[in-house]
Amino acid sequence: MPSDLEPIPGTTLFDGEAARKGYALNALCFSFNEKANRDAFLADEAAYLARFNLTPEQHEAVAQRDVLGMIAAGGNIYYLAKLAGICSLNVQDVGSMQTGVSVDKFKAMLLAQGRGETYEAAHKEMLNG
Amino acid sequence: MAEIVGAYFTSHVPSIGGAIHRGLKQDPYWKPFFDGFPPVHEWLAKVKPDVAVVFSNDHGLNFFLDKMPTFAVGAASEYANADEGWGLPLYKGFTGHPELSWHIIEGLVEDEFDPVTCQSMLVDHALSIPFELAYPDVEEWPVRLVPIGINTVQHPLPSAKRCLALGRSVHKALASWKGDERIVVIGTGGLSHQLDGERAGFMNADYDRFCLDNLAGDPDALTKDSIREIVRLAGTQGVEVLNWIAARGALGPRAREIHRNYHQPISNTAAATVLYEPA
Ligand SMILES: [Fe+2]
Repeated sequence: MPSDLEPIPGTTLFDGEAARKGYALNALCFSFNEKANRDAFLADEAAYLARFNLTPEQHEAVAQRDVLGMIAAGGNIYYLAKLAGICSLNVQDVGSMQTGVSVDKFKAMLLAQGRGETYEAAHKEMLNG
Repeated sequence: MAEIVGAYFTSHVPSIGGAIHRGLKQDPYWKPFFDGFPPVHEWLAKVKPDVAVVFSNDHGLNFFLDKMPTFAVGAASEYANADEGWGLPLYKGFTGHPELSWHIIEGLVEDEFDPVTCQSMLVDHALSIPFELAYPDVEEWPVRLVPIGINTVQHPLPSAKRCLALGRSVHKALASWKGDERIVVIGTGGLSHQLDGERAGFMNADYDRFCLDNLAGDPDALTKDSIREIVRLAGTQGVEVLNWIAARGALGPRAREIHRNYHQPISNTAAATVLYEPA
């Protein structure tokens, strides 16, 4: 099998199918460029979400702050980052949520790569350490 | 005749802006990255560009999924930054160079590229941060801007080969521009990083080194990999290297590296800062 067709582990390409499926969820996140919308979300999350045509899967993922669930439901990280910002989560927090380890362990994995370890070695230590 | 003075490349991680804002350049975490910039400041003071042609990607400020251009050329007389959703202080705006923008657009379309043209365009951190890094103490940017956006968000993305060809076509347009501007070409983003999925936190120093070792002398080497393979090697957001590849094409046929700084991690990203001069 040519390597081009092999799946990339732990990775979802945001393609046309995802863009169609995720449109409402990403539109929700895009709306957060405006402060009034962020404030409305924070004031009454359920009411704000109701303005968007989220699928039940998307609604649940947002309610649970389930990042992998949002991606599975078509969320794109460039837009999801705006939702993360409202929730005061940075990209290490989001990394920790997606890898299932503590933020400290996730950061240690990044620093290990900075010291010259491969991702594979650093990732293994993160899960075992 | 206009002169292309060289090319400047750097990463655009949003938290770099935060580090600048909070005065953390000498902080041990940030210092190895910011230490890459004094040579950039000295070089810019020497070559004194007055126009910047910048290849970058929008992160959901100017474009949404309702309309997602593969290539977009700004042709505005002003470009503003705006709230990207984090309520951060806004970056300075830019003065445009619409005459040069249209000259580039004419050249691209003549070369059978079909860019979207934008007489109104917001610019996000991908554009602002490289300028904050390059010109830390100015009231206004000393260059006029021609921004060229490449879709790195929604697949299918343009191939690396296509991005290099786009850059080469921009070079042709710059070489035929009758003005007397001093033009710096800029590529922003990358290098390897992945924010999303179970593979979040992925970086790849080997692939980054391959890119940095070949971009000046043999940029076509970077076009052998498909987009999918680049995602495998560089991460889902590491594909922002497309901006670097296009900018390299715009610099011209031959280039010489005069500065390189590589450091990981900055946030989740392998960050690099590079200067080329035409050779
Ligand atoms: Fe980016």
